[in-house]
Amino acid sequence: MTKLLETRLSKLSRRAFLKAGAAAGGGFMIGWVPHAAKAGGDAVFAPDAFIRLDSTGKVAVVMPVIEMGQGTYTSLPMVIAEEMDLDMGNVTFEHSPAGNAYGNPMLGGVQITGGSNSIRGFYMPFRQAGATARRMLMTAAAQELGVEEGTLTTEPGFVVHVRSGRKTPYGELAQAASALSVPAGVALKDPSTFRIIGNSVKRLDTAKKVNGAAKFGIDVQIPGMKVAVVAASPVFGGTLTSVDEASALQVAGVRQIAKLGNAVAVIADHYWAARQGLDAAAPEFDDGPHASVSTADIVAALAKASEKQGAVAKSEGDAASVLAASSRKAEATYEQPFLAHATMEPINCTVHVKPDSCDIWVGTQVQGRAQAIAAEALGMQPEQVTIHNHLLGGGFGRRLEVDFIQQAALIARQSPDPVKVVWSREEDIQHDMYRPYYYDRISAALGEDDMPAAWTHRIVGSSIVARYFPDFMKDGVDPDAVDGAAENVYGIKNFFVDYVREEPPGIPTAFWRGVGPTRNIFVIESFLDELAALAGKDPIAYRRALLAGNSRALGVIDKAAEMSDWGTPLGPHRGRGVSFQHVFGTFMAQVAEVTVSERGEVHVDRVLAAVDCGLPINPDTIEAQLQSGIIFGITAVLHGEITLQDGRVEQSNFHDYEILRIDKSPKIEVAVIQSSEAPGGIGEPGTSGIIPAVANAVFAATGVRGRKLPFKAEDLRSR
Amino acid sequence: MINFKLNGKDTSVDVADDMPVLWVIRDVLGMTGTKFGCGVGLCGACTIHVDGEPLRSCIAQAADIAGANITTIEAIGETPSGQAVQEAWLHLEVVQCGYCQSGQIMSAAALIAAVPEPSDTDIDEGMSGNICRCGTYVRVREAIKEAAKSAAAKRAE
Ligand code: FES
Ligand code: FES
Repeated sequence: MTKLLETRLSKLSRRAFLKAGAAAGGGFMIGWVPHAAKAGGDAVFAPDAFIRLDSTGKVAVVMPVIEMGQGTYTSLPMVIAEEMDLDMGNVTFEHSPAGNAYGNPMLGGVQITGGSNSIRGFYMPFRQAGATARRMLMTAAAQELGVEEGTLTTEPGFVVHVRSGRKTPYGELAQAASALSVPAGVALKDPSTFRIIGNSVKRLDTAKKVNGAAKFGIDVQIPGMKVAVVAASPVFGGTLTSVDEASALQVAGVRQIAKLGNAVAVIADHYWAARQGLDAAAPEFDDGPHASVSTADIVAALAKASEKQGAVAKSEGDAASVLAASSRKAEATYEQPFLAHATMEPINCTVHVKPDSCDIWVGTQVQGRAQAIAAEALGMQPEQVTIHNHLLGGGFGRRLEVDFIQQAALIARQSPDPVKVVWSREEDIQHDMYRPYYYDRISAALGEDDMPAAWTHRIVGSSIVARYFPDFMKDGVDPDAVDGAAENVYGIKNFFVDYVREEPPGIPTAFWRGVGPTRNIFVIESFLDELAALAGKDPIAYRRALLAGNSRALGVIDKAAEMSDWGTPLGPHRGRGVSFQHVFGTFMAQVAEVTVSERGEVHVDRVLAAVDCGLPINPDTIEAQLQSGIIFGITAVLHGEITLQDGRVEQSNFHDYEILRIDKSPKIEVAVIQSSEAPGGIGEPGTSGIIPAVANAVFAATGVRGRKLPFKAEDLRSR
Repeated sequence: MINFKLNGKDTSVDVADDMPVLWVIRDVLGMTGTKFGCGVGLCGACTIHVDGEPLRSCIAQAADIAGANITTIEAIGETPSGQAVQEAWLHLEVVQCGYCQSGQIMSAAALIAAVPEPSDTDIDEGMSGNICRCGTYVRVREAIKEAAKSAAAKRAE
């Protein structure tokens, strides 16, 4: 999830991977369970948890991670197809069930789709799986043909006897190959011979997404199924006190009222009846201990906490003394609001509780956690709960959480029928688990060379890791909270970063696209621009000087500068801003061009992004993910804000929680730098990079430094 | 009973007059291609065609469509503009999570049927009612232009 943990975990898992053929100890399984996995459908050859070859030569890849738009259902099968030597036209996918075999080696072997870790976690295991499967098919062919294995090679879908040219289709070898034991240490292809990886391949999941046939969790239909609509206490931690059940039951189609401690659900024949039933039920709640929580109080508490010493994430040299002695320094506080995820597919979960088992149909980023929480809620063993995963209508971190799965299980437990729980958009916005409010205090001193000689950065906010991955907290430092901030990418001599954990009372917080880096890169790259301005230097020249010798960093910066015609005049009310980052294993520079109207409205006109994410797997998907991440980030700069008053979230739907629309969307150009380095993550860095690029462009256009998100027109109006 | 034509087929449903068409389609008729996003006309995920015009089905009432000709995403490929849009969408790989795309495609098909050569401003006007949280707008715009061209070329044949 974060770089610190990644490094720690990837060491473990690399070791684990060398033991292919046996499950590694210590709870780390890397998805290599010879013969243990059961073949799905009429699959004949299933050498591991991922590959299912049938007798017609079609391969279904059982996907350890879930597709939520990021293109992983194409890019990961490409990796298997490359090594196994398959035609992409014969490759399909299946959702994986909950199971340790599908854990991500980047994430301690836990089954999670998140943190831009899918390619990074499964690139090597999938290459190995593909190469091993190919070798087994060749061994099977050698036996069938009575020839030496060394006389054989493959073409997509066939084993070929080189001398005679005789071809045997993979499908015909599936049966024989499945009788073989799985060899260890099969050699991988030389990357210079790749014919699939590195080329834009058509996505495998899209055909059904243009004609309505794709099934998301919300589309599940189970015979006898009912639909439930929920209202939870509008204040977090409140409890249900009364429900007008009689009125609710009078609504045509309403079948049942299910009460939970903090919520009520109306179960009906369809959503509309349930929704009307809920209105009639007019639930009342005791607001509980958080009835007076407000954003203003939360921010005041964060500001106060920022006066405290934090847990030290990084300390090099003696930043405090250098700062104290300096006469050229800058100091600032930066603030970032609570944010909702607002996935297009509202939160939903379908559950059928039977006497000794339970089926759950849902779209989740965490099949294992989903299974565990439902089992706990129902007093069952995890094995009694089957998770049927679905395509996600957006994840962005929301579907890393299982609050709604627990809730759906507790509702469905009260009904003999399968129940599909669907949250209204209002419920979705007001009962999200939010990207936390962060409050950063940052300062720096310039040396005689105009470069930062000292840098201190205090990060203050909720710790998601402390709740979600408690084992990864290290001496009070949340590695995600400081991810992107503690690495000292600019090599400043006297450098100090600390973290103060301050939890907002009652408000659930969660990962959000770009996780720690999305918060930190905004602060760092904005503040670095402040320093460049203080030094009277061009922002790109300033970064280049600091990054001298870092060729991958300079590569993306120079490319973005060139694409943007950096330095050419733009005209009144317009400005350009740059950002650089090295997060998620990926180097990226972005230049944003904005126009700020006299009324203070910001329009992002154009974004130029240069990315070096190591070896590109599917270049078209990389471009798409950058476009996506950039627009997601612009929404955050210009609109995103969840506020609380009297313990209640004030926003409720897309009129007051606005999402960027096409008419305000910029032109975006992406350059992918060719590289053979290890592949980096791509789902999130677009978001973390665009926020400061826009902030810096707004500064260039207006002279106003935005240190608090989102930007408000009243602060940017021409005076 | 409310009677209408759905994707060319005579259809009748026994529902309350004020039931939103979205839920008639999804929960009564069981056709799930049309999506629920906001329920109040703000996102466009639920867009259908009524006599060729785009309509947000979450805020239209069942009684409003009595006697009308309804097309949903499941059958839009049978119209020339719908087919052109779907092809361009696949060709340019517009789709990400896909959840908003039924609505995007329905709006786009209506747009190019009404405006054969849409300008950027036409696209802004025709498509700004459709939110895409995955941010596929750059490609939506390109694909609409491509679809408009190919639909025009087909008409010329
Ligand atoms: S669901 Fe109809 S416009 Fe959003
Ligand atoms: S493709 Fe995901 S919301 Fe548009």
